Amino acid sequence: MKESNGEVKFLPGNIVVAEAAVAAGCNFFGGYPITPSSEIAAHMAALLPRRGGHFIQMEDEIAAMGSVIGASLAGAKALTATSGPGFSLKLENLGFGYMVEAPCVIVNVMRGGPSTGLPTHPAQADVMQARWGTHGDHPTIAITPAFHQETYMETIRAFNLSEQLRMPVILLLDEVLGHLSEGVRPPKPGTFEIINRKMTDQPPDKYLPYDTSFGDVPPFVPYFEPGYHWHTTGLNHDETGFPTTNPELVTRDEERLMRKVTGNRDLIDKVEYYMADDADVGIFSFGSTARAAMVAVKHAREQGIKAGLFRPVTLWPFPNKQLKDFAEQLKGIVVAEFNLGQMVYEVERTVQSTIPVIRRTKVGGVPITPAEILESVKEIS
Amino acid sequence: MNEPQAQTTELLTADHCKTSGGHLACQGCGGALSLRMALQVFGKECVFVIPACCMAVIDGPFPVSSLGVPLMHIAFGATAPTASGIRAGFAAQGKDEILVVGWAGDGATFDIGLGAVSAAADRNDDILYVCYDNEAYMNTGVQQSGATPRAAWTSTSPRQAPKYAAKKDIISIMAAHRIPYIASVSPSHPDDFVRKFQLAKKIKGFRFIHIFSPCPPGQRFEERNTIKIARKAVESRVFPLLEIYNGKKLTLQDIPDPQGLEEYIKLQRRFDHFSTEDRKQFESDINTHWHELHDWAIQSGGLTGENGKRNS
Repeated sequence: MKESNGEVKFLPGNIVVAEAAVAAGCNFFGGYPITPSSEIAAHMAALLPRRGGHFIQMEDEIAAMGSVIGASLAGAKALTATSGPGFSLKLENLGFGYMVEAPCVIVNVMRGGPSTGLPTHPAQADVMQARWGTHGDHPTIAITPAFHQETYMETIRAFNLSEQLRMPVILLLDEVLGHLSEGVRPPKPGTFEIINRKMTDQPPDKYLPYDTSFGDVPPFVPYFEPGYHWHTTGLNHDETGFPTTNPELVTRDEERLMRKVTGNRDLIDKVEYYMADDADVGIFSFGSTARAAMVAVKHAREQGIKAGLFRPVTLWPFPNKQLKDFAEQLKGIVVAEFNLGQMVYEVERTVQSTIPVIRRTKVGGVPITPAEILESVKEIS
Repeated sequence: MNEPQAQTTELLTADHCKTSGGHLACQGCGGALSLRMALQVFGKECVFVIPACCMAVIDGPFPVSSLGVPLMHIAFGATAPTASGIRAGFAAQGKDEILVVGWAGDGATFDIGLGAVSAAADRNDDILYVCYDNEAYMNTGVQQSGATPRAAWTSTSPRQAPKYAAKKDIISIMAAHRIPYIASVSPSHPDDFVRKFQLAKKIKGFRFIHIFSPCPPGQRFEERNTIKIARKAVESRVFPLLEIYNGKKLTLQDIPDPQGLEEYIKLQRRFDHFSTEDRKQFESDINTHWHELHDWAIQSGGLTGENGKRNS
């Protein structure tokens, strides 16, 4: 690891998220207890007051998301953490966050579902919910790290993207990553980039809260800043922030919200490859399942099969272009995901019918094994 | 300490509706003990609605189900509305005799489900709603709730960032809804417990029973001390035993000479870090609540002794 990194710490993934969030400048946490994410809240409860930040345990998941948006609009860097049932409850307010353009980070430590499901067991079954859970058209950024060092850096990146693009960013872990302890070397302060939201340089009488003359991301002014008048609403609004039903203005604004993601793919996209250069059998996998996929790649190579892993770190927006390029060298691709088949639809949409797409899915709380993935790899080779 | 009356012992040990063995509660669980006692009163003609909480796990793995009655384990904030729906569904079929019980923890009642409890109370739906209160979210690893006493340790109210508010006064909140019956009970006082549950079973409309439910792992005490702590809570005025009719007439079990607060605090490691100031504030919170209830009782239903007989 780089010299800029500090001492090695042996930490569970949930604690890594909390530590990294504070390193990224997070100074507010609003949360509610839910397995398997509660350690993030507990660690923030201990960390934030010591650092001048603020922790509130809210009365429910809806309130937790509300408090995060409130803190964000007041100027704080805000985090909340939850799991499936709590994420379901947060979704209306998450949509409000997209609409009013409130930077914040939401962690979903995924567990088995639907409903109460398997609270103490892992799953990757909220990935489509992360994309489409809240109603209406909206942009989404969702990040799925696979290792604790990556979780640390991606938590910082999640805050940076949320600040830079003025929108909520979702960090998807699962119970395995949340509770697994492994070594992590947090970078020393000052050795990594921290991005803060762009503030307006307009005087109060010229300020428009959704002024697009500076680009697709309107400069920010903290709520209640003396002299500035900012009306925030979940209704469709124009550049003044006040509601409008003018079709032209509504269309323009919704298209701009989407463009914050589609127009910044260079910033947002992140894909990791493993033994992919000469691969002719691909594996698409993310998060903790990708760890098993890496072992499967090694075992396949030992048996003379040229397997390689395509691992989206940014899951949403979906890396269509990168996957399409990779698919050109493949005889087929295995989609290994810990659900009954969700991202496989995106993979199929991307590769069309050019190569076979093999599903390796699973539910039940016991992670997909390398042997299971290898079995699917052999179907192609 | 009085021995339970013979009829209480007979009821609580009767075979007709005993919960089975094999439940998954921790040793010394005040909630499991209370559930067993309540079921002895309810009999088999009842339906349980339980949200996400310890009791949803405690019910036990099939085929060793410990309740022996139909049970619906629902989402966290949905106890009261689901119970309301069950009652309405029964009513639509003329099945008015079946008792519908909502059985929820303090998090589900004081926090996430409060709006829903309020709405069901406001409609005066014919439900017996029971809150077993262990003063934190114990099932998810001891996080603070609205029922957590001021400055008590939980994983989200650590010593360096204590909870700054006193325990929420759920009794007054429910009383403000003018529901037919409210009672508070403790497993340390079985005669009182059984009498109030028997009464609540008979009354129509929204009934609310608040159980003091010691939790050894969450409140950090030895399993053998569950009943001792429950009894100390009553005798020190930490947990007043009362009944309120129609939100107005309050009868309070009088504790003229409170005893055992020091021991109550000392037995539980969640209070280990208490400074003199914390200790004073804790006692002040208890006294404030007690005197409010005491004044209310004097003006309405009066005071009783441990056996439920009127003192004044």
